[in-house]
Amino acid sequence: MPAVSKGDGMRGLAVFISDIRNCKSKEAEIKRINKELANIRSKFKGDKALDGYSKKKYVCKLLFIFLLGHDIDFGHMEAVNLLSSNKYTEKQIGYLFISVLVNSNSELIRLINNAIKNDLSSRNPTFMCLALHCIANVGSREMAEAFASEIPRILVAGDTMDSVKQSAALCLLRLYKTSPDLVLMGEWTSRVVHLLNDQHMGVVTAAISLITCLSQKNPDEFKTCVSLAVSRLSRIVSSASTDLQDYTYYFVPAPWLSCKLLRLLQCYPPPEDGAVKGRLVECLETILNKAQEPPKSKKVQHSNAKNAILFEAISLIIHYDSEPNLLVRACNQLGQFLQHRETNLRYLALESMCTLASSEFSHEAVKTHIETVINALKTERDVSVRQRAADLLYAMCDRSNAKQIVAEMLSYLETADYSIREEMVLKVAILAEKYAVDYSWYVDTILNLIRIAGDYVSEEVWYRVIQIVINRDDVQGYAAKTVFEALQAPACHENMVKVGGYILGEFGNLIAGDPRSSPLVQFNLLHSKFHLCSVPTRALLLSAYIKFINLFPETKATIQEVLRCDSQIRNSDVELQQRAVEYLKLSSIASTDVLATVLEEMPPFPERESSILAKLKKKKGPGAVSVTELDDGKREAGELNGGGDRGPDTASTPSPSADLLGIRSAAPVGAAQTNAVAVISHFHSYPFIPYLSCCLSASIPALFCGLSLHPCPVLWPPSSAPPSEDPAPPLSEADELLNKFVCKNNGVLFENQLLQIGIKSEYRQNLGRMYLFYGNKTSVQFASFTTTVSCPGELHKPVEPLVEGGAQIQQVLNIECITDFSDAPLLNIKFSRYGGALQNLTLKLPVTINKFFQPTEMSSSDFFQRWKQLSQPQQEAQKIFKANHSMDTEVLKAKLLGLGTALLDNIDPNPENYVCAGVIQTKSQQIGCLLRLEPNAQAQMYRLTLRCSKDTVSKRLCELLAQQF
Amino acid sequence: MQFMLLFSRQGKLRLQKWYVPLSDKEKKKITRELVQTVLARKPKMCSFLEWRDLKIVYKRYASLYFCCAIEDQDNELITLEIIHRYVELLDKYFGSVCELDIIFNFEKAYFILDEFLLGGEAQETSKKNVLKAIEQADLLQEVRYTPNHSHVWQI
Repeated sequence: MPAVSKGDGMRGLAVFISDIRNCKSKEAEIKRINKELANIRSKFKGDKALDGYSKKKYVCKLLFIFLLGHDIDFGHMEAVNLLSSNKYTEKQIGYLFISVLVNSNSELIRLINNAIKNDLSSRNPTFMCLALHCIANVGSREMAEAFASEIPRILVAGDTMDSVKQSAALCLLRLYKTSPDLVLMGEWTSRVVHLLNDQHMGVVTAAISLITCLSQKNPDEFKTCVSLAVSRLSRIVSSASTDLQDYTYYFVPAPWLSCKLLRLLQCYPPPEDGAVKGRLVECLETILNKAQEPPKSKKVQHSNAKNAILFEAISLIIHYDSEPNLLVRACNQLGQFLQHRETNLRYLALESMCTLASSEFSHEAVKTHIETVINALKTERDVSVRQRAADLLYAMCDRSNAKQIVAEMLSYLETADYSIREEMVLKVAILAEKYAVDYSWYVDTILNLIRIAGDYVSEEVWYRVIQIVINRDDVQGYAAKTVFEALQAPACHENMVKVGGYILGEFGNLIAGDPRSSPLVQFNLLHSKFHLCSVPTRALLLSAYIKFINLFPETKATIQEVLRCDSQIRNSDVELQQRAVEYLKLSSIASTDVLATVLEEMPPFPERESSILAKLKKKKGPGAVSVTELDDGKREAGELNGGGDRGPDTASTPSPSADLLGIRSAAPVGAAQTNAVAVISHFHSYPFIPYLSCCLSASIPALFCGLSLHPCPVLWPPSSAPPSEDPAPPLSEADELLNKFVCKNNGVLFENQLLQIGIKSEYRQNLGRMYLFYGNKTSVQFASFTTTVSCPGELHKPVEPLVEGGAQIQQVLNIECITDFSDAPLLNIKFSRYGGALQNLTLKLPVTINKFFQPTEMSSSDFFQRWKQLSQPQQEAQKIFKANHSMDTEVLKAKLLGLGTALLDNIDPNPENYVCAGVIQTKSQQIGCLLRLEPNAQAQMYRLTLRCSKDTVSKRLCELLAQQF
Repeated sequence: MQFMLLFSRQGKLRLQKWYVPLSDKEKKKITRELVQTVLARKPKMCSFLEWRDLKIVYKRYASLYFCCAIEDQDNELITLEIIHRYVELLDKYFGSVCELDIIFNFEKAYFILDEFLLGGEAQETSKKNVLKAIEQADLLQEVRYTPNHSHVWQI
């Protein structure tokens, strides 16, 4: 039995450990442990009072069992008893047990705190240290409450032993980390800072960790530490290797303290005092110089300690980012390390250079190492080092080297480790977009990306290439040609088929002149992939086919045949069946003109931050990509995407999702945007094709006659059916929420602690489509999530019954205005949350009569003629009201335009007044409306007059509008 | 530093020290994951790796792996030397320490660690001072510890 010769006995413990080690199987071990637990339990429960030694031994055994990974649910009381023992070893074991196995049993915490209190006031330094170690190890709130005010006193008291000071400093640090509100330095601040001057190096080493942490939170209160830290550092750096005796480590003077000092200085900007700054720069130069000196020892400990200080100094230089000379020297030093035989140094040099690359002073110097870094990416044997090399390439990329770097990263991707492929793909996609000078290169790069690493190309990446191609007409022909060629490969990735289907469906005509890519060849090529694809891709291809029918009438018969075959029209997948049926019907009954309108080319996408960047941010977390870099990316991405001068309609497209879906902060915004992209790429692309997800496909043909778009889930006017009793009455603020949407179509309709409901809607003529986004703001799942739209007749619309914590689901409503109406449809939402009551809330859907406005331009004389025609008293509605919002001209104009009418200039003799005209489109009739708004800035009042061909509309519009200004 | 783990080449955990509050379940999960990750690495590989949002610094001494998790702004190389200094302390105390010393005297290994690191930060980096503190404590014990074994670590 080895090493059991400990004189202080606990022979029983050694025997037990040996037994455990001799167990041949897990079962035998468990059996032995259970036997021991039973034994200990009986000893603890027994009548005979145990002596201190036995108690210590059993508590130690329990601790051992716990550390083996088994649960321990007794013995705490015996351990607490040991704390008040006079024998040091017993006390020590008691504290160890408490430190490892503390639980929040309040009864025990009180007893433990009592014992600690006794030891802290014992004036016996060994006991005091034990107590402080215990507090530092447990660090609970209860302990902070009990001791946070006492420990600073111990720390700065003149008669405290050095070892106790050291423990007190770090103990306080731990309490500050768990309960910063309870640790108040106040009057002690200056004395704590002056611990940096303490004669005892150990005290300085411990205290500086505390000071660094406090400085990060309260830099102003602690800023005197800067000059003290600089002079301390200067003394260490200039000392001979033997001066510091035992604090010299392998010929390096005080490496831990040096690193901590340099770290503390990184909490502050460069010192303002010229003398202090000069001294510090001198230190940094000395550290850089020492790196060039021959090593004083061949031991790796020597070089590690020395380089630890060097890297920390470089971090400080990068943090200051103000000394070009030091930055370039740092970069050169790191450059040497890039080729060092020590893997650790190569790794750290790559990592550190990443931050240097973002400084304007050293960016160029970093770039000179590009070949070495590319070589590292290719030849390093350790994946974590290759990862660093890839990060550095990403960081050093700019317009001048983008093509080289992207090419290298692409070729690396072919053999890259699975663990880093997804991130690499994102990085390549971002660089390609950010530094694209010509878009053909961008398209090539992304298609290569899909070819090489298709599985790792997330939706964001291929959505993005489509957005860019749609928005840039100079690249559309090239994109069509390239994707057509890429699809020739016998096995191509499904993502390629998606991009191909989409792009050829939109721009296939641009290459159709070449007989090698004639319409039929294009179609056959796409269709040859169809059967190998998943349902969503097939659905996309079906949409591409119907687009083909519009682009190339000569393909109509072939495509109709495909749509008509049983595998499409009777597909077991509802979505596919539905599309096949609808598209077939559409292609056979619609006239060419209608087809051309329905299937017209996609409008450009609104500007937005690249969703890929958001994804990378989410993946890497904050800090991984430097802030400047992100801003930069955002700016350039925006420029690139919006750069296509597609005329004013880009600008007037309401920014779709930026805030709407921002349910949580940074990262999830990315996710939400992704969703928005999905919506757009799916629905927006074929704007007028009804999306009938709620209807049974069998019933579609009947409903789908003559493109009347009847099968809309929401129909009005209200039927006479009374609303179901179950849903809650509309919220008191429902009208107010509704009013927010009279002049806009997108935004957040509702939000509480649990749920956010965003809305995006579009209207044309008497039809509308509304996307509802239900976001779960909690971290737990919503179950039985149901929504009911009633107007007030009722219609259930299936949504996913479960909404995961943090997730968002969406629902699409198709809307048709049959005749004019006043009451908004109601939306009732019910769901239950784990452990919570059933949530039941009813809102008004922001569908108001003005949504169906068509603006009407007219001349002054026409206007007045019509105005006179609508002269029956009930046709006019008028209101005089006080201004509730800004009376600024631009604000008013924006609101009136948002209303949907045309804003007419030069009509009213008084130029201060606003005049609008529009026609409300309902299925049964058209209702002409004229509006006049007369502001009186002095009185802060308005007079609003409406004349419509239908009296109920005048009245309703007047009510709605009076709330808006 | 957020935690330190010592485990054997067979994946047996020999010492665990946590400087951040975590549930037992989470600790076990982290341990399992890290032991697996580190043991899978080849000898010449770099001693640092990114793991979740932490940096892992590890080094192998004979049959034991010493593994520390540090935060983003912490210094990898100095952490490597923290590990080495701890090994030196164990070695000095036990006299050519081996895995068995740590198994049979696990409480001592914890005591030495507490003198050296507290709350995840270096408390006393002088070897002499740490050992002095431990020896003083030992003086308070009835009988001194005498080492007796043959397994030697190479440092």
